[in-house]
Amino acid sequence: MTSDKQDNNQGIYRHDGENLPEHSGHDSSVIAEQQVRLYWRANIMLLLKLLTVWFVVSFGFAILLREWLNEFQFFGFKLGFWFGQQGAIYVFVILIFVYAWRMKQIDREFGVDDDNNDGGGQ
Amino acid sequence: MDVQTLTYLFVGLSFVLYIGIAFWARAGTTSDFYVAGGGVHPVVNGMATAADWMSAASFISMAGLIAFIGSDGSVYLMGWTGGYVLLALLLAPYLRKFGRFTVPDFIGDRYYSQAARIVAVICLIFISFTYVAGQMRGVGIVFSRFLEVDVNTGVVIGMGVVFMYAVLGGMKGITYTQVAQYCVLIFAYMVPAVFISIMVTDNPIPQLGFGSEVNDGSGLSVLQKLDHVLTDLGFSAYTDGTKATIDVLAITAALMVGTAGLPHVLVRFFTVPKVSDARISAGYALLFIAILYTTAPAVASYARLIFVDTVHQTSYQESPEWFSNWEDTGLIAWQDKNNDGLIQYGPGAALSPVKPQFTDDRGEHGERLLTNAPTLSVNEVYIDRDIIVLANPEIANLPAWVVALVAAGGVAAALSTAAGLLLVISTAIAHDLLKKTLRPKITDKQELLAARIAAAVAICIAGLFGIYPPAFVAQVVAFAFGLAAASLFPAILMGIFSKRMNKEGAISGMLVGLIFTFSYIIYFKFISPELNSSEHWWFGISPEGIGTLGMVLNIVTAVLVCRSTKAPPSHIQDLVDDIRLPSRAGVAHHH
Repeated sequence: MTSDKQDNNQGIYRHDGENLPEHSGHDSSVIAEQQVRLYWRANIMLLLKLLTVWFVVSFGFAILLREWLNEFQFFGFKLGFWFGQQGAIYVFVILIFVYAWRMKQIDREFGVDDDNNDGGGQ
Repeated sequence: MDVQTLTYLFVGLSFVLYIGIAFWARAGTTSDFYVAGGGVHPVVNGMATAADWMSAASFISMAGLIAFIGSDGSVYLMGWTGGYVLLALLLAPYLRKFGRFTVPDFIGDRYYSQAARIVAVICLIFISFTYVAGQMRGVGIVFSRFLEVDVNTGVVIGMGVVFMYAVLGGMKGITYTQVAQYCVLIFAYMVPAVFISIMVTDNPIPQLGFGSEVNDGSGLSVLQKLDHVLTDLGFSAYTDGTKATIDVLAITAALMVGTAGLPHVLVRFFTVPKVSDARISAGYALLFIAILYTTAPAVASYARLIFVDTVHQTSYQESPEWFSNWEDTGLIAWQDKNNDGLIQYGPGAALSPVKPQFTDDRGEHGERLLTNAPTLSVNEVYIDRDIIVLANPEIANLPAWVVALVAAGGVAAALSTAAGLLLVISTAIAHDLLKKTLRPKITDKQELLAARIAAAVAICIAGLFGIYPPAFVAQVVAFAFGLAAASLFPAILMGIFSKRMNKEGAISGMLVGLIFTFSYIIYFKFISPELNSSEHWWFGISPEGIGTLGMVLNIVTAVLVCRSTKAPPSHIQDLVDDIRLPSRAGVAHHH
């Protein structure tokens, strides 16, 4: 794990190069190609899981299974209708926050997080 | 104070606020102008994205549209929110890591090709101008209804305000005004919604209210009652869909993918400090958007129910006041076909032609007379869908300040979106065309000046579209999403997720997707509109949903061409490696 080595100036694609972080002491940290491949695979697996949920609630529950789900009542709504006009949207919001949270964990696990980046902003 | 004075006050105060913020957040460098210096807090960016995204169409038209199509309205609700999941998971973090200024920047660099950059610029300008024309018109409509000024004067005032803060502040000014505009528009949307919800169901939360019991003692929920009332009148039930499943799937997908590919939304994610901020910021953006998008269907069902309840079988003299108010603006019309003095509402167009053509005379009940021929249907009422949200406060008998607030909210929604669109247009011209293609040697100062001039010119063109709306504005909205879905989205997606994708593949894919989608829409909307029905559509997919097929064709073409041409150079593969990692660490390669 190379989690202590992430703060250098290599590989940023900024225009003006302003406000780069202070030199951190690591000359150039590099991450093994193998680690990168594993990191990318973990990312793809997470994406597939979340996009499956995304697909099922919208295209599945709210469109393809709508008539069947409409047989069920949910807080006064027909369930299929509720997914189309309420439920799917709530699930979308949750999915993005779950993604942001899980990715942060994966980033840290592989030592590629941006915790110490200041992003060159302000 | 009367409604008009209050409206002047509210709208005027909001303008002072926007211009004040713009002055405070002036842009000093191109980085400020294009991406607000890259230092916007994720929550702030989320709020700004929400205002950027929610246009006059979301604020004014969407609830009305859903009110009259019921369950079929789900395609818009899901399409315009589900795209954020794609945006957050597939595009935003990587574009942020790439860290330049524009979408064509990414496409031009990733595909090491000026041709790819130019194709992206053309798509971007076309999509953005299509969109902005509608916004300026929205500003004009709100002004003409609430301030009783001419639509064109309204457009000019709107242009003036956007000019002030977009040209002065660039992305930095726009970001902070959009935050203010979000607060104005969401407050303006929620206040009447909550009051109407209480009025109809005693439940103050609209999202729950439209499943609750109506407080008229019938024991039915809002939706059950609506289904009963509408089927009695001969409509299909509100909660049943009427569109073919294949078309619903295609439209939803095209809107989702198109949303994720819209340049003015994508560019907002260049403004946050780092990759993890881009991810979480997309979550906040959708959260802020969802507040309005989950309220809209509730407002829609209340409005439809109230409309039928108060208007159907009521005599014109006893009809609610808002009925004649909006009749005066020409957005409602009544023709007493059976001469019983009562207003009958039902399915089918009331008039032929569909839009009312008023004479200067009044009928025996006081209604405005029409030159339209009556149709055979029993329906006697023409109603423009756009009035639902604007008429809400009157329908719910809310005080004058709420009406004024809704006017300010409508203007905020239109201006925030217009500003975001104008900015990406000016950036594409100053940065991608001028700096990156025509005059690479210009200084930062000159580029900034060029961006300001481009923004000013773009505002004038947008204003002209607002004053002289091309007759096809409503028709071309399908373009914006269809083209974004068929061109930009697949090119960016493959640029991130496939290292092997090369310029030959990406360019041919974009062109195929673009030309196919463009031709399909042109054919059914302009060349042979009489054939625009499901039996003539390919696979039963309407022009609104064809972007989905365009996207599939884009990807298939790109993959096939890519396989038979050589792999991208190694520095491009390194670039892809780099954008996939949130940290700044490099990757060790064994070349």
